[in-house]
Amino acid sequence: MNRLAVSLPGLDLKNPVMPASGCFGFGREFARLYDLNQLGAIIIKATTLEPRIGNPTPRVAETPGGMLNAIGLQNPGLDKVLTEELPWLEQFSVPIIANIAGSTLEEYVEVARRISTAPNVHALEVNISCPNVKEGGVAFGSVPATARKVTEHVKMVSKVPVYVKLSPNVTDITEIARAVEAGGADGLSLINTITGMTIDLATGKPLLGNRTGGLSGPAIKPIAIRMVYEVSQVVSIPIIGVGGIQSAEDVLEFIYAGASAVAVGTANFTDPFICPKIINDLEPLLDEYGIDRLEDCIGRSWK
Amino acid sequence: MIYMEDMVITEQAQIANEIFRIKLSGHSIPKNARAGQFVHLQVPGHLLRRPISVCSIDRKKRVISLVYRISGKGTVKISRLPEGATVNVLGPLGNGFPIFDMEPGQKALLVGGGIGVPPLYELARQLRKRGIDVTTILGFKTKHEVFYEREFSRIGSTFVTTDDGSFGEKGLVTDFIKIRNFPFDRLYACGPEPMLRALNEMFPGKNLYFSLEERMACGIGACYACVKRTGTGVVKVCTDGPVFHSGGIRL
Ligand SMILES: Cc1cc2nc3c(=O)[nH]c(=O)nc-3n(C[C@H](O)[C@H](O)[C@H](O)COP(=O)(O)OP(=O)(O)OC[C@H]3O[C@@H](n4cnc5c(N)ncnc54)[C@H](O)[C@@H]3O)c2cc1C
Ligand SMILES: Cc1cc2nc3c(=O)[nH]c(=O)nc-3n(C[C@H](O)[C@H](O)[C@H](O)COP(=O)(O)O)c2cc1C
Ligand code: FES
Repeated sequence: MNRLAVSLPGLDLKNPVMPASGCFGFGREFARLYDLNQLGAIIIKATTLEPRIGNPTPRVAETPGGMLNAIGLQNPGLDKVLTEELPWLEQFSVPIIANIAGSTLEEYVEVARRISTAPNVHALEVNISCPNVKEGGVAFGSVPATARKVTEHVKMVSKVPVYVKLSPNVTDITEIARAVEAGGADGLSLINTITGMTIDLATGKPLLGNRTGGLSGPAIKPIAIRMVYEVSQVVSIPIIGVGGIQSAEDVLEFIYAGASAVAVGTANFTDPFICPKIINDLEPLLDEYGIDRLEDCIGRSWK
Repeated sequence: MIYMEDMVITEQAQIANEIFRIKLSGHSIPKNARAGQFVHLQVPGHLLRRPISVCSIDRKKRVISLVYRISGKGTVKISRLPEGATVNVLGPLGNGFPIFDMEPGQKALLVGGGIGVPPLYELARQLRKRGIDVTTILGFKTKHEVFYEREFSRIGSTFVTTDDGSFGEKGLVTDFIKIRNFPFDRLYACGPEPMLRALNEMFPGKNLYFSLEERMACGIGACYACVKRTGTGVVKVCTDGPVFHSGGIRL
């Protein structure tokens, strides 16, 4: 029996741990460090229809317990991802979740339609929560009706299950979650980064080129836990929990909160080997707490 | 290959005002590092690693030395780590300076500004080993910040400028280079961007290689934090650089 296995729409995972979108590129860099077959799944960098060059630098800043980023969805564009990145990833027997973004509804639909046909893409993660672009991104994720509409349209064209990645930059995340579920989403990812700012004392001006950026890392973990806890109780679709995960203990906490799987972002920068480390630590942790199967623990905090 | 290893601090010494040298003993990183590459240091209690250039490499002893300036919380913490303590190091990272396409007898001009000086030191040693004629110009603010002048002097002719004239020639390195008109087949530079821009304007079309800095997260090319604009798109300092041909980037 594989005690770490979890099963979600489109995703039969040998373990619940996957690198989060934007923190792992398309896997090439990390494949030079370890065997990617160890991972539960891989979520690739947000892909847009056309290549994007992203925001001005500085794009990252360290903050207490976290970091701000304003990459601005830099990516090589759909064609290159389809002809170069995804085929390269086929050498691994790991399901790929394609994170998609756009400035318009039409862009989301076109990217979803084409990327969902790639043989190793097992699910889409619709990024309606990027705080670092002027158009699109979080604009689609902060109004329930708009979030629902994007979900419905992506669902209509996607050949694989659709997960919608929610923004924490909203008054009531459960409202958005419900709307997205009503739109036909097969699952949810939460959370994306929280909008923040840091000011450079040497200049008196915002440090990041984009002025604002998205906060990630351990600083946001309690917020993510709270949101997974709230959302998992009002929807019946599974959740990929994201936000500040650095250890197997953090994974278990997310599972207890109501997540069915997890994504690890910023921690890859502190320790590029963090994902396999967490995976290796999970079984001993289950032993420590006398847990048989991880899947039995989903939502224990409120059940 | 990129390695992550706990390296032992064999020396931690202040060598100028706010400038420290740390020697790290390890295995695979010293064995594989090349001039111009950098390492990503984990600072206890900090989420993001700090990129620092390799200043010199002792392959036999498996030791690298880094020279760093105190410029914030992370470098302060690094400077307080005692000899014998370990530091988690990711590296070697980046592409390093092109060396092997230079012929013996050719002339290299090395230009360093402030904390841009360290990566030029291993470069100077390697060029010298290949029989290349090395001239180095080092620029600092004042005499209190001057370091490695003697080390470079042992390798080739070396000139120092200070902004206030308290050591060597008074003025900017770029003004000094303009006056002296040093002949070179290739120029390597590392320092503040205004210095690099001035060099670029001074020698249009010449063979210039610049080592650049940008804020980083992953250090291995995965996050797109550390980009510079080129004429047509963007490049990553951590993997496409930190060393770039001057024609390849927009300064
Ligand atoms: C390729 C490369 C090589 C470098 N080589 C050297 C070297 O040999 N010696 C040396 O003294 N310094 C070097 N630097 C600069 C050095 O990385 C920064 O001075 C250092 O990260 C500052 O950390 P801090 O915590 O003291 O400062 P803080 O300002 O507290 O740092 C906050 C954050 O900003 C980042 N940061 C701040 N300044 C810089 C900078 N100039 N470049 C990149 N990131 C920065 C830090 O890494 C950290 O993530 C290099 C930078 C790069 C990119
Ligand atoms: C540098 C960086 C780039 C990111 N890029 C994306 C992206 O392209 N698409 C996306 O949905 N989320 C992106 N994110 C958000 C992460 O996937 C994740 O939701 C967030 O960082 C919280 O998790 P963490 O605390 O483990 O990093 C990015 C985060 C960082 C730090
Ligand atoms: S620091 Fe991540 S791409 Fe260069």
